[in-house]
Amino acid sequence: MAKIQTIEANLYYDNFHALRDITMDIRDRAITAIIGPSGCGKSSLLRIFNRMNDLIPGAKVKGEVLLDGKNVYDNSAMDVVSLRQKVGMVFQKPNVFPMSIYDNIVIGPRHHGIKGKKNLDEIAEKSLRQVALWDEVKDSLKKPGLALPAGAQQRLCIARALAVAPEVILMDESCSALDPESTMKIEELMTELAKTYAIIIVTHNMEQALRVSDMAAFIMIDENKAGGLVEYAPTTEVFANPKDKRTEDYITGRFG
Amino acid sequence: MSEEAIETTNGLKAKKDVAGRVFFGLALASIGALALITIFILVQGMPLIAKVGVFDFIFGTKWAPLQGYFGIFPMIVGSVTVTLGAVILGIPISLCCSIFLAEFAPATFRNAFRPAIQLLAGIPSVVYGFWGLLFVVPLIRDYLGGPGLSILAGAIILAIMILPTVISISEVSILALPRQYKEGALALGMTHWQTIRSVQLPAAKSGIVAAIILGIGRAIGETMAVIMVLGNAVALPRSILDPVRTLTTNIGIEMGYATGDHQQALFATGIVLFLIIMVLNATAQYIVRRK
Repeated sequence: MAKIQTIEANLYYDNFHALRDITMDIRDRAITAIIGPSGCGKSSLLRIFNRMNDLIPGAKVKGEVLLDGKNVYDNSAMDVVSLRQKVGMVFQKPNVFPMSIYDNIVIGPRHHGIKGKKNLDEIAEKSLRQVALWDEVKDSLKKPGLALPAGAQQRLCIARALAVAPEVILMDESCSALDPESTMKIEELMTELAKTYAIIIVTHNMEQALRVSDMAAFIMIDENKAGGLVEYAPTTEVFANPKDKRTEDYITGRFG
Repeated sequence: MSEEAIETTNGLKAKKDVAGRVFFGLALASIGALALITIFILVQGMPLIAKVGVFDFIFGTKWAPLQGYFGIFPMIVGSVTVTLGAVILGIPISLCCSIFLAEFAPATFRNAFRPAIQLLAGIPSVVYGFWGLLFVVPLIRDYLGGPGLSILAGAIILAIMILPTVISISEVSILALPRQYKEGALALGMTHWQTIRSVQLPAAKSGIVAAIILGIGRAIGETMAVIMVLGNAVALPRSILDPVRTLTTNIGIEMGYATGDHQQALFATGIVLFLIIMVLNATAQYIVRRK
């Protein structure tokens, strides 16, 4: 069964129809890439999965978004706090908090009720090992997270998201602010994490989508500027044999 | 370039130079005023401090200028207790207000509330004092006892007077945080309040501390409002219901008739006040810049 399902999900910002009738199943333990031209609603779609659109006044979702079969917009089935614990997010720019590396990692678990220095230390080590940052920072856990280079900051953000034991990880163009070497490291990390988690990425970078993702969803705006799902299939198929003319034009670089 | 064009450019340049000099002169004048005041206070006050001795001046408990006793310790205690009281009463309210405005208030409410807070800063301090004398002082006298003119009355008035400073500066420092902090914390499954408490407030800490220090500076420097509600007795207070005199009110009350050593002693009081406020402001500046 799919980890996340959307059934005719629509997103409105007040009267603006931003996403129209998105129906897709997202697999567990795989990387799903959302691709499409700028302003088509890729990030909006990603933020539907952890309800980050709630922060925007006037944003409204209609249709169903199911996590393990439970509607995430139905507060009686799942509250937004536990949803966001299960569906973690990594942002475009590393948003390390202005506190120590250690505190950045344990702030999530602490607020979810995990107590005791030993438990928190274990979580910190495990999360930092998962992102291959442990050896680099194990002697400087008390140093400010913001002192790390950008690539390491982004890995710290991933570790922070992993520390609350999520099941799904959303990555919103998480490599676009990084240099090629850091990007490569994060991509390796994604592939590794996809063995355990469902990962959904938004990317502008076609090579990246092709390199890392298992499934690719191509989103584009229609004549009313509402983003819609044009094509959704295994990545290799989308790139080698696009069914829709618009997909083909986009991935061959004719627009976007 | 034609000759005419060159002339025009030169003309423009000359105009710019003149404007630059005028503004430089004006800027210099304001710094000059500060320097002159400082020098004047020092020249007027230092001889008396030298005569009495720094220790006896600051820690002496007897103030009887006509008999030659110049101890300002009761006034220092007065300033510190009244200001401390204002901080204890005013800061929690201010912080709650700024958090509410920055994070919870609906836009319409915020747009009404913010100018109202700013308006508080525009009320003349004598009006605060008058209101305190007619409303706060009798309330304290009737319900808590004592003369009513007291540390508590001064603290209440000052707590209200520092609200606008502390609220607006802390609100701005919360609003100035990058949106990504809040998003990041919420995305970890933290609640709105957890996000405020554990991520936003610590991140805005330097601005908030600066706001508090500026509030303290405002409280310690205030004169008119507290003259009217403190009772102004030169004695070490035993409780918050006792009257006190602060450094500022000491100058304000006696300046009119003081001459000779007495007048110098008031300038010396000014030096102490000046130093306290300089240190507070410098600390606030340092904290803000360190960020």
